[in-house]
Amino acid sequence: MSGLRIHVEGIGLWSPQLADFPALHTWLAGTPAAVPGAKPPAATLPATERRRAPESVLLAVEVAGQAVAMSGRDAGGLACVFGSAFGDQTITDYMCETLARAPTELSPTRFHNSVHNAPAGYWTIATGCHAPSSAVCAYRDTLGAGLLESAMQVLADSQPVLFVCADVAGTGPLGDVTHSTQAFGCALVLSPDVSPRTVATLALQVSRDAATASPPPILPPAWLEANATAAAALPLLSLLAGHGRHCHIAAAGTLGLHIERENLA
Amino acid sequence: MPEPISPLAVRAYTATSALGRGLGDHLRAVESARSGLRPNDFGDAPLACWIGRVPGVEDSPLPAHLASWECRNNRLAWLGLNQDAFVDRVREAIHRYGADRVALVLGTSTASIGATEEAYRRLEDGRFPADLARPGVHMPHSLTAFVAEALDLHGPALTVSTACSSSAKVFACAERMIRLGVADAAVVGGVDTLCGSVLFGFNSLELVSPEPCRPFDRTRRGLSLGEAAGFALLERVEAAPAVPRLLGYGESSDAHHMSTPHPEGLGADMALRDALQRAGLDADQVDYINLHGTASLKNDEVEATLIGRVFPARTRASSTKGYTGHTLGAAGIVEAAFALLAIEHGLVPGNLGGDQPDPVCGPQFAWHNERRDVHIALSNSFGFGGNNACLAFGEAAA
Repeated sequence: MSGLRIHVEGIGLWSPQLADFPALHTWLAGTPAAVPGAKPPAATLPATERRRAPESVLLAVEVAGQAVAMSGRDAGGLACVFGSAFGDQTITDYMCETLARAPTELSPTRFHNSVHNAPAGYWTIATGCHAPSSAVCAYRDTLGAGLLESAMQVLADSQPVLFVCADVAGTGPLGDVTHSTQAFGCALVLSPDVSPRTVATLALQVSRDAATASPPPILPPAWLEANATAAAALPLLSLLAGHGRHCHIAAAGTLGLHIERENLA
Repeated sequence: MPEPISPLAVRAYTATSALGRGLGDHLRAVESARSGLRPNDFGDAPLACWIGRVPGVEDSPLPAHLASWECRNNRLAWLGLNQDAFVDRVREAIHRYGADRVALVLGTSTASIGATEEAYRRLEDGRFPADLARPGVHMPHSLTAFVAEALDLHGPALTVSTACSSSAKVFACAERMIRLGVADAAVVGGVDTLCGSVLFGFNSLELVSPEPCRPFDRTRRGLSLGEAAGFALLERVEAAPAVPRLLGYGESSDAHHMSTPHPEGLGADMALRDALQRAGLDADQVDYINLHGTASLKNDEVEATLIGRVFPARTRASSTKGYTGHTLGAAGIVEAAFALLAIEHGLVPGNLGGDQPDPVCGPQFAWHNERRDVHIALSNSFGFGGNNACLAFGEAAA
């Protein structure tokens, strides 16, 4: 099979260590980057929604907003794919705890925010987006599987697609099981065509080798161990920041995604 | 607007719900207008409502080699896979194409959260008890990871979790993968099981009916929750010319509200037109539409208005949720199965439970079973977050 070629027009990033993609650039160049605030700002959401939205939504909306702003695209017309390995673990912890104790006290708002597509829902409502939106997961392979699904949408319908992948830290007894120790989110605006906004061109090749290549040693262990999304995303983001030529991320049980950064024409 | 697609063959499909195991049970239930709903007996302190429970899940443990995936949702998935010789059809596809060329895309809204709920009920010193300390069953991808292992599939594997449109959207993912050459065949489907989260969650939103749900009845009082598993095997038409086809699909977002539909059905309308466009069809070619029709007040009103606006009187439309209840993330695949059964057996299912039609419903509504040729059938699925999907199926070319 020939490679799937897609063009990156926007990149978003948020973690407790770095507030955006330029900060990663700075940091990779060896300069300390400013530490972000405690919560992702998620400026795309109206203020009332921002106050009410759970952390998983704030994180996804923040990185999505960054990527779309960099791309110069109108968010209202962008198809979007929201990946998350675990969904909103804080709400799952709350719901399971409440169900065990007093099930009829379950909060209706927390319940409708518990759906895996809550970030996609809030995002499309905030941006007036009627294009298709999706919410996907594949456990530790969520980033690779979500990127592949996004590339499929880009190429099948020859349209730009916003891909978001974000996971919050686990809480409660569930957190012991998910081993997600901190928030990490990233987003890409992908396009089928080269444009003045293109920042990188990627050739994706599905391979039978699921083994994840070692990430660049310059990345701090705290991020790599934060959660599965961060561990898979950081080598890709480093690649996009100009470090190295290729990376390999898992996309399914025994399936890998070989990603090559091509020279801009 | 999207380009028309080449149809895909639906080489095999199957459904397991409150109506029984496999397509035969579903067909017989529709033929005799027999609902699978029963008074809620799920959990220790059941809410006073009706549910669509699959009988015998408790007595059907997973085979020993799959025991690490044990939970109600994966049990139902396994039960569902083992109907209608579906596993055999998948083995044949693996033989034809190779295990890494068969994709797996499944939809679910809650996956095995029932196991997580149980772990919280049985915490030991604040931690999961040993028998439930299995990370694989406490994540939303549990269903797909389990089925990949159970069927020994090694191609692309993805879980779509967009609430009640989940297992409709999987058809779109699979079509793209096959068209772009990432896979030669795809197992699609979805499973959702009854659990505290959905029963008490929908109850908290005051959307659960105290009686069996009555879609499109003017005195309807909300939805009945159900559980189900369904699967389909998609391949290129050249590989299986004599079976029904996936002709198109449409997807959209309401951009309106997290848990109520757009008042004019804007997103639903877009998904419907997108599906027709991809299928290269006009609305007046559609013989039957399996509606989302949850029996919630607003959703049914919006959908009925849309049907009246877009389709001619000869198009037939009904909801089958009076049979199965609302099976959430599995609704898309179960209702796709009803649409395919309508095509294969020339049977339009009556809208069970709608005894006093809501005046907003037009002449398209089939209130009782109708025997007629169904060449083209659609299936609507709408979920929380304003997530809409519409599928278009057709008979094998003559």
